[in-house]
Amino acid sequence: MSQTVLELEKLTIALPSGADRANAVSEIDLVLRAGKVTCLIGESGSGKSLVARSILGLLPRPHVRIGSGRILFEGQDLAVAPQDKMRAIRGAKIGMIFQEPMTALNPLHTIGRQLDEVLRIHTSLGKAARRARVLELIDSVHLPEPDRIIRSFPHQLSGGQRQRAMIAMALLLNPRLLIADEPTTALDVTTQAQILYLIRELQREHGTSVLFITHDFGVVADIADEVAVLQRGTLVERGTAAAVLGAPRHPYTKALIAAVPKLVPPAARPANTQPFIVEARDVAKTYGVRGLFGGRVTRALAGVTMELRRGETLGLVGESGSGKSTLARAITRLMPIDGGEILLGGADIAQLSRRQLRPARKRVQMVFQDPYASLDPRQRIIDIIAEGPIIHGTPPAKAREEAQALLGLVGLDPSAAQRFPHEFSGGQRQRIGIARALALHPEVLVADEPVSALDVSVQAQVLALLADIKARLHLSMLFVTHDLRVALQVCDRIAVMKQGEVVEVAPTAEIFFNPQHSYTKALFAAVPGGTWQDRKAS
Amino acid sequence: MLEGFARFARNRMALFGAAVLLCLLLLVVLTPVIYPDDPFKLAGPALQPPGGRFLLGTDTLGRDVAAEIAYGARTSLIIGVGATLAAIVFGAVAGGVAGYYRGRTETVLMRITEFFQTIPAFIFALLIVAILSPSVSSEIIAIAAVSWPSIARLVRGEFVSLGGREFVQACAGLGASDARIIFNHMLPNCASSIIAVGSLLIGTAILLEAGLAFLGLGDPNVMSWGLIISAGRAVLRSAWWICTFPGIAILLTVLGINLIGDGLNEALNPRLRER
Amino acid sequence: MRFARYIGYRLVTALPVIFGIIVLNFLLIHLAPGDAASVLAGESGAATPEYMDELRHKFGLDQSLGMQFLTYVSNMAHFNLGYSYRNDADVSSLILERLGPTSLLMLTAFGTAVALGIILGLVAATGRNSWRDNIISLISLVAYATPGFWLGLMMIVIFSIGLGWLPTSGFDTVGAGHEGWAEVWDVARHLVMPAVSLALFYLALYARLMRASVLEQTGMDYVTTARAKGQTERRIMTGHVLRNALLPIVTIAGVQAGNLIGGSIVVETVFGWPGIGTLAFNALQSRDLNLLLAIFFMSACLIVIINLAVDVIYVMLDPRMEI
Repeated sequence: MSQTVLELEKLTIALPSGADRANAVSEIDLVLRAGKVTCLIGESGSGKSLVARSILGLLPRPHVRIGSGRILFEGQDLAVAPQDKMRAIRGAKIGMIFQEPMTALNPLHTIGRQLDEVLRIHTSLGKAARRARVLELIDSVHLPEPDRIIRSFPHQLSGGQRQRAMIAMALLLNPRLLIADEPTTALDVTTQAQILYLIRELQREHGTSVLFITHDFGVVADIADEVAVLQRGTLVERGTAAAVLGAPRHPYTKALIAAVPKLVPPAARPANTQPFIVEARDVAKTYGVRGLFGGRVTRALAGVTMELRRGETLGLVGESGSGKSTLARAITRLMPIDGGEILLGGADIAQLSRRQLRPARKRVQMVFQDPYASLDPRQRIIDIIAEGPIIHGTPPAKAREEAQALLGLVGLDPSAAQRFPHEFSGGQRQRIGIARALALHPEVLVADEPVSALDVSVQAQVLALLADIKARLHLSMLFVTHDLRVALQVCDRIAVMKQGEVVEVAPTAEIFFNPQHSYTKALFAAVPGGTWQDRKAS
Repeated sequence: MLEGFARFARNRMALFGAAVLLCLLLLVVLTPVIYPDDPFKLAGPALQPPGGRFLLGTDTLGRDVAAEIAYGARTSLIIGVGATLAAIVFGAVAGGVAGYYRGRTETVLMRITEFFQTIPAFIFALLIVAILSPSVSSEIIAIAAVSWPSIARLVRGEFVSLGGREFVQACAGLGASDARIIFNHMLPNCASSIIAVGSLLIGTAILLEAGLAFLGLGDPNVMSWGLIISAGRAVLRSAWWICTFPGIAILLTVLGINLIGDGLNEALNPRLRER
Repeated sequence: MRFARYIGYRLVTALPVIFGIIVLNFLLIHLAPGDAASVLAGESGAATPEYMDELRHKFGLDQSLGMQFLTYVSNMAHFNLGYSYRNDADVSSLILERLGPTSLLMLTAFGTAVALGIILGLVAATGRNSWRDNIISLISLVAYATPGFWLGLMMIVIFSIGLGWLPTSGFDTVGAGHEGWAEVWDVARHLVMPAVSLALFYLALYARLMRASVLEQTGMDYVTTARAKGQTERRIMTGHVLRNALLPIVTIAGVQAGNLIGGSIVVETVFGWPGIGTLAFNALQSRDLNLLLAIFFMSACLIVIINLAVDVIYVMLDPRMEI
């Protein structure tokens, strides 16, 4: 039984009056041991981030504060420790890394200076000794050309590199505990895999205890030794990773794990031989400014060709910068292209004028990613849904009637029709967005990361809704996502995109069991958690 | 919107500003009743100190300073509000077109806006009034001509950010026309910003008007606070009250309007509300 | 080397602005009612017929509009700004000899407004909602609503007429024949009130902006990171927040510098300060439009230069700006 590094004893964090509950977290008991990675998993609003921040006294006071309980570390109760003692601990005995490395680093200081700052605060090392130590750490997090990195500013590094720099910064003084607050959530899946590997490697080397906050069970499967599950501020289950993942006891844990899409494709479906309904031929799109004094030009799409058959769901999968969202917007003519053709039912719509395009709009509709930005905050939801038909000539009364029916179709209470978007949850807003898309009776639905912004339990519901609607209304669907698990479960065929090109297209089962392109293989290998759901204890 | 005004009501400074403005409006409305005579007419002996029959004294020609200030309020409000409205309309159109259509239109319009923001505003306004010969309308034109760029930049910024928002793209995807997107969706969502900035602009406009009148470029047919101050300069030593009171009127008016503007900004755009 | 290229690039982009001002001037001349020559000559009756003819010839007013424009542009480009009959001098030299006092006034006012405004904004932000924050905010609010010329007059009433501490007007004590440091002190005494009158409005503006900027920065993620490293609140403010908070102030200061020139017209008039402002006022009185337009042109050129300097400073401060 390894040594206890930090213990949370009945920790309660209070929220200001007017919040949706009195306490962000209530009576949390948690033990962090040396050499072990403990994952604290929960959905949004569970309070997991606040727990992480409370340890180092970084809660946004005075509104959010520790209500009661103790945080025991090296014989002290950090919950009531004076500021100077806390400052001595921060960065030296306990290190912390955050979710967004771009904003977590001062944009005006070089990386070297920001790392150096830790040493200047806590040690009396001379300049040369500090520099040597900084270089040592930069090397240990596998950043290339440490000399150049020291002189670089945050904006000159990639997201993954910035996160490595933050890890180096947190580990400079060999802390006993590393708190990682969703450090890989904002990264691409391949980068995420590398950072997870790095954290594990360093942790094993130095015997650091790690508190890893996440919402992703795949990450937990990959990295955790111990797991604690948080549901709306209450710790509902605790135990070793094998126990919690293999044989969960609490219904909430079971539900969460069940909601995670499996990384195994369902049984192969019969090949779709319907005609093509949407085709993209050699579509090209370039962004950028070519000013007088040189500029930056990005090729978002470099000659993409793909087809969508009637009645099938085609997945567009890739990381950021792959061009999948650009392609989706090009197909729905929300974005002009620089070259190529886009065929809808055989006819090229790429160069049509606004007016000529109108009838085509009824055939292709889009569901957007961000439930908080995809609905006009000043419109009632019945008007949001009815707007499409009204634009196309349906009398307003009839349009609203149909909108009410659509609300029922997507599983919302029709009596909520007069409310505004902010009165609904994220999952409900996505349903409204789907209803809006369906109002024009389209043949093709383009879903641009429709569930990426949702919690995993809500995700499953919305995916089920989409599948149900697609079957009922005989739709064809283009499904854009970065989440391979979702793609495997939902799509008939998958197209993998990288830097503006389609590198591989194949039916789902085929692309999973027999990927051809090296990038496809790397992508599947990087998915956190692998196939842990198949490794359940029997 | 309603909850915004509720927040406004809870802000004490904003309420003070609203109270000041209310008094001002009352004054403007009641002026013909309280001071029925033409303020340019002589009312009593010259250079009387404040007190007694003349609450705020009389000026070099024997005119009632209080009456002058009362009539001057009307001028300031008309020019201040008029110029601001003109600036908002013009600026919103320019900024909206630039922010919506992007591309070359945006570049050209923004260059023009930057140009008008670069040239020295007060001198430009001065020139316009001098050339068009001083009158209420030429003052409104001049002040609007130097105020519109800030509105244009604001609206353009809002339109650019709104244009990228998914709900606007969704409308375009439904087949909505430009007019529908702009008037039904984009403008309502930046209305609160425009109101907040616009109300602060009124204060600036009143200060500009006072400055112009002080330099002798006010409409010769109407009373103006700046005019009273400039007339009182010559006798500053002996009759300090002629310069003092109109200035206090300007200060209170602009302060009140600015407080309302700040209050509106906080109420309608709650961002750093705990601060 | 890239730096020099950037400066060159900015100078090139400044040229269309200057050209635009020349075009604007030209339009304004022809917008004025009446014969362009009489507009340029000033008050009717003040110019002799021979002078008017000379004016017409010089500005090519007897030629087509296009030719007139070209002549005007070429005149401006050579800084041949015309002749002020009223003042009996070349406009260019008139402006140049007044440039000194106005620059002194503007620099003092601007410097004070920026420096004090930043300090006050910082003090207010760090003591957010405390009594010092409330007092600074209150003073800023009142100062922001105060007309500069009225403030000047009130200061004269209190400090010159009432208390006798400071002189009422002028650049220095006429006929006193001060030399060296005595002269400097004398000018300083005359400079105090005009500078304060001009500066107060902008001081309030910068204090408000700085306060908002600092508050915005303290909510940023990198501040949390600095805390997580064990940094003291003081060092976080001075080492991290301050420089980030100053960036938007630099931009806005540049824009406002131009407005300071306009403000100096009224302030110089009130205090009889022998600068370009009083020159402009006199030009207004005598309807000497040519002189006014020349002052407008010179001020605009000055603003363009100031904007260029501000841009360069900003690029030096923010490493994210890639030249």
